[in-house]
Amino acid sequence: MTLPIQAIATAFAKGRPAFMPYFSLGFPDYATSLDIIAACAENGADLMELGLPFSDPLADGPTIQHSTQIALQNGITTAQCLQAVKELRQRGVTIPLMLMGYYNPILAFGLENFVHTAAQNGANGLIVPDLPAEEAGELDRITQAYGLGLTYFLSPTSTPERIHLIAQKARGFVYLVSVTGITGARSSVSADLQAFVGRVRAQVQVPLAVGFGISTPEQARTVGELADGVIMGSQLIKLAEHNPNAVSEIGQFVKQVVQALA
Amino acid sequence: MSLLPQKFGPYGGQFVPETLIPALQELEKAYLTAQADPAFQAELANLLSTFVGRATPLTFARRMTEFCGGAQIYFKREDLAHSGAHKINNALGQALLAKRMGKQRIIAETGAGQHGVATATVCALLGLECVVYMGTVDMARQQPNVFRMKLLGAEVRGVESGSKTLKDAVNEAIRDWVTHVGDTHYLLGSALGPHPYPTIVRDFQSVIGKELRQQILAVAGRLPDCIVACVGGGSNAIGIFHDFLADEDVQLIGVEAGGLGIAGGQHAARFSDPAIGRPGVLHGAYTYVLQDSDGQIALTHSISAGLDYAAIGPEHTWLRDQERAFYTYATDSEALAAFQQTCRLEGIIPALESSHALAEVLKRAPQMRPEQILVVNISGRGDKDLNTVIEALGA
Repeated sequence: MTLPIQAIATAFAKGRPAFMPYFSLGFPDYATSLDIIAACAENGADLMELGLPFSDPLADGPTIQHSTQIALQNGITTAQCLQAVKELRQRGVTIPLMLMGYYNPILAFGLENFVHTAAQNGANGLIVPDLPAEEAGELDRITQAYGLGLTYFLSPTSTPERIHLIAQKARGFVYLVSVTGITGARSSVSADLQAFVGRVRAQVQVPLAVGFGISTPEQARTVGELADGVIMGSQLIKLAEHNPNAVSEIGQFVKQVVQALA
Repeated sequence: MSLLPQKFGPYGGQFVPETLIPALQELEKAYLTAQADPAFQAELANLLSTFVGRATPLTFARRMTEFCGGAQIYFKREDLAHSGAHKINNALGQALLAKRMGKQRIIAETGAGQHGVATATVCALLGLECVVYMGTVDMARQQPNVFRMKLLGAEVRGVESGSKTLKDAVNEAIRDWVTHVGDTHYLLGSALGPHPYPTIVRDFQSVIGKELRQQILAVAGRLPDCIVACVGGGSNAIGIFHDFLADEDVQLIGVEAGGLGIAGGQHAARFSDPAIGRPGVLHGAYTYVLQDSDGQIALTHSISAGLDYAAIGPEHTWLRDQERAFYTYATDSEALAAFQQTCRLEGIIPALESSHALAEVLKRAPQMRPEQILVVNISGRGDKDLNTVIEALGA
C-alpha cells in the first residue's frame, strides 16, 4: 500500500520544477474555492496547498489575510476544510493535497482527530507555519503514524545548526521562505536566494520548494532554476478577487507558470 | 539550543515562524550575557533610579483601610514611575539589551498605549528609532497616549486588521519583525509571546516585588498576607508576584477583566469562562486563550484597553495549575466604581487596568482581619482614561 506521503516525492520527480499553488479554502466562497483548486489541478499544478483560515495569520501579508478573513466571515469551519479534501478527491483531483493551517485550529480540533480525518479524506500532508521543529514532536509522530507528510520551513536567517536539524526531520519536502518576511508579491526574486538554496541543498535530501514573494511566471522560472518546486499564493488570491471569471483565469495562469517551468 | 527554561510546566514555548527562531535564540544569548555583566546591571540600575524614579513608594491607604474595615491596605505605586506605569521597567531593560545587540530600530505593540509610551520614552532617551503598532479602535479610545508617543518621536502605525485592538497590533508587530529581523528588536510589552520574552519581561518587572519586600519589611516588619494585581498579559502581576513565589504564606491574586460579565462572552477573563477559555496557542505561546470551538481567537471586551487581550502570560497559567496564585475577575462596572472610590478616598487617580485590582481589594479587605496586610499594585495612573471614564459615567 502506498502512503500518502509517497505521492509528494512523485510530484517532485517529473523532470522539471514542481508547481505548488496555494489557495484559501472558503474564498471568495466555499464552492468557488473548490472550483479554483480543481482548475489548478486540471491545468498542470503538481501539488496544491489548501489554506485553512485562522483569525490571526501572523505569517501572512494583507492579500492572504483578507482572503482568510472573508472565508471566516462566510462561516468556514475546520471540519468543512477537511471535507473539502474529500470533495476534491470525489471530483477526480489526484495531485497531492497539502493542508496549510496555523496550529491553534488544528490543536482545537484535536491533533489525532485532525490527522486521522485528513488522511481518511485523501490529504497527503500538513504545513503549519507557526510550528517550528522544536514544538512539532507530537504532530510529527501522529502524521508519521498515518503516513502523512509534515513540512518544515527554513528561512534565510536559519543557521547551519538549524539546517542540520531540519535535515534530520524533513519528510515530504522542505519549504524554503525566499525572503525574511510575510507572504505577498515582491517586485523581484531575492539575489541571496541562490546561496541560501545552496546552503540547504548541501545538507537536506528531500525536495526543496521555495515560496513567499513569487508572483509571475518569470519569477517562477528564475526560482525553478534553483529549487525543486515553486509555491505561489497571493497572486492567485488577487486573481480571484471580485472576478466572475476567476476559475478560468486562474486556470490559465497556472498553465502559464507550468509552461515557464518546463 | 536553549539556555533558559523554555516552558513553565507545559506552557510557553516558541510557536513562531522559522524565520524568527534564530532571532529568539540571539535574544536569549544576549540577555544571559547582559545579566551576567555588571556594567549592564549598573547602567540599568542607574537609569531606573535617575530616569524612572525608582524605587516607587509604598503608600499606606489609610482611608480605604478605614472604609473597608478589615485588612491594612498598601498601594505599590507604579503609577509614579516615569511615563505613568510599570511598563517602563521592561521597556528600559529591553532597549538597553537592543543597544547591546546593535539593533537601532525598535518596534512595539500597544493596547492602552502605556507600553507604547514607555517604549517611545526609552527610545528617545537612548537615541533609537521607534515604531509602535496600535489597533485603530485603541487609538480612538487612547488619543492622549497616541499624541504622547508622537511627541516622543515615535511613529504610530494604526492597525486596521482583525478586531483592530491589541492582538492585531501584536500580529502586525510580528509581521514587521519577521521582515526586518536583521536590524530590528521587537520590544514586547508583556510577559507573553514566545520564549524568552515571558522570562525576560518577568525579570525586568520583578523589581516591583523586590522593592515591595524591602519596603513592607521596613514599615510592617513582616511580609504581606495577600498581594493583588490586575492581569492582562500579566506583566505587572508577575512583576510583583515573582519575588514572593517561595513565600507560601503570601497569597497571590490576579484579577482579569470581566468586561460586561462572563455570560455572553464580552470579557477578557481567560480563566473564568470555560465556554471559551482553554489552552491553545496565540502569539507564540501555549497558554490559556479565549477562542471558539474551532480554535479561532475570540474577540474580547474590557473597559480598559490594557486588559483587553485573548491570552494570558504562560507563567500565570502554570501558577494557577499549581495553585500558587489564584485568579478572579472584576467587571467594567466594578472597576469603574473602584476607580471612583480610590480617587475620593486616597487622592489617587488609578489606571482603569489597576482599578480591576482595586475592585478585588474592596471585596476582599473587609473579609480580612485588621492585623492582616493586603498590598495592591497600582500598575499605572489613570489620566489616560479620563475620556473613557467621562463617557462611561455620562458625566
